[in-house]
Amino acid sequence: MKKEEFIPKVNDALAQEFEVEIEEITPDADIKETLDLDSLSLVDMVAIIEDMFEVSIKNQEIAQVKTFNDLYDFIEGKINE
Amino acid sequence: MNNRVVITGMGIYSCLGYNLDDVRQSLFDGKSGIIFNPERKELGFRSGLTAKIDMPDLKGILSRNQRVYIPEQGNYAYMATADALKNAMIDMDYLEDHEVGILYGNDSSAEAVVKSVDIMREKKETTKIGSGAIFQSMNSTVSMNLACLFKLKGINMTVSGACASGSHAIGLGSLLIKWGLQDCIVCGGAQEVNPYSIGSFDGISAFSTRENDPTKASRPFDRDRDGLVPGGGAATVIIESYDSAVKRGAPILAEICGYGFSSNGDHISVPNVDGPVRSLEMALREAGVNIRDIGYVNAHATSTPVGDKNEAKAIAQVFGDLKPEVTSTKSMTGHEMWMAGASEVIYSMLMMKNHFIAPNLNFENPDEDSAKLNIPEKRVDKHFDMFLSNSFGFGGTNSTLIVRNL
Repeated sequence: MKKEEFIPKVNDALAQEFEVEIEEITPDADIKETLDLDSLSLVDMVAIIEDMFEVSIKNQEIAQVKTFNDLYDFIEGKINE
Repeated sequence: MNNRVVITGMGIYSCLGYNLDDVRQSLFDGKSGIIFNPERKELGFRSGLTAKIDMPDLKGILSRNQRVYIPEQGNYAYMATADALKNAMIDMDYLEDHEVGILYGNDSSAEAVVKSVDIMREKKETTKIGSGAIFQSMNSTVSMNLACLFKLKGINMTVSGACASGSHAIGLGSLLIKWGLQDCIVCGGAQEVNPYSIGSFDGISAFSTRENDPTKASRPFDRDRDGLVPGGGAATVIIESYDSAVKRGAPILAEICGYGFSSNGDHISVPNVDGPVRSLEMALREAGVNIRDIGYVNAHATSTPVGDKNEAKAIAQVFGDLKPEVTSTKSMTGHEMWMAGASEVIYSMLMMKNHFIAPNLNFENPDEDSAKLNIPEKRVDKHFDMFLSNSFGFGGTNSTLIVRNL
């Protein structure tokens, strides 16, 4: 799946789960700030991505992800592993 | 220290209504909250009878990150507690600046456990369970959630005493205030209504199977009772030292003047007579009141054959020739279990404040023990200034509260 194809799906799923307006999710926005994530809700975000792409994500991997752009790149890398 | 302990606020979310006014009206009208739920039969229940209660929608009131940790009964408890605090004229600023505690009755949180195990078995990966499950599935889930949501800074724990949990929570809270260790405590009880929580209870043939007539199924003290009907929701009372209430200018509704407790030291599910008698006598002793002043007894009576029989014997033994009205509000609500001790204090308070005793529905024919009590099947319009409320539970735990009108 190409990045352009999965980005809207990821944004939709995260906006719905974390109850934010879809417009707030922009490529350079900080994920934790935008979605109001703490250490617990981060677990839920990871589970959503794992389920959506049938991948497995380690804690230290997701720690590198700061912005939504980082997340899209990270997902692309995971899909191509 | 020997502080007087008063009730300054109440809130309830029950099958009789989702606020105090609606509940009072249901009690006055003798309206049953029991229905037949066919979904239970699909799960293999012997009985599809249950109290009807809708889940409140807290979206828009609490954030996603607050709601995700709250189990079913926690939603009810949030609603009841928000109302009770408002009723007591306690706002968030007061809670920020004072050490208000919480002692809440709860003795299961099954749905979150069942769902977690289902995910674990299917996905073989614990991270898929999600972040809310651990907090939703602990017995202390209600007190932990409410303590965070309402910024409570005093004592913070759950009381698990089976079907007497809510009553013990109020009783224990009253002791902490009496002894001067706390000025104000949020007390109450919550009970989940989902089928996962009570399938095992249904499995031991404890529930009424009078499914063709749901509102007739819960019939405490009646000769033809055949078991209890499970119910639930949540009830909260704000208890406080008299001095604190006066200082705040709070509405002082009533005084908790006696708490009695005991353990049967006997069978795990079959109650006896001696244990409850000792609980009633202790409450009377602690209250230091004249038993003649008790104008109403809210019985534990759940509509089981042995439970009601032994409670009737205990009440008759303690009250002797005195015949205050005795009713079980479970005839309308079913058995609200962990919540019951708290909700029944509120039901009794609403009756005391509004000069009536709600009917003991379906009390058509007494048995040899209930015949010795004064059990009205119709509403009684009368004024009373003191009531006694019993709550008993599995393992032989007993709690009795005596409350005086102020």
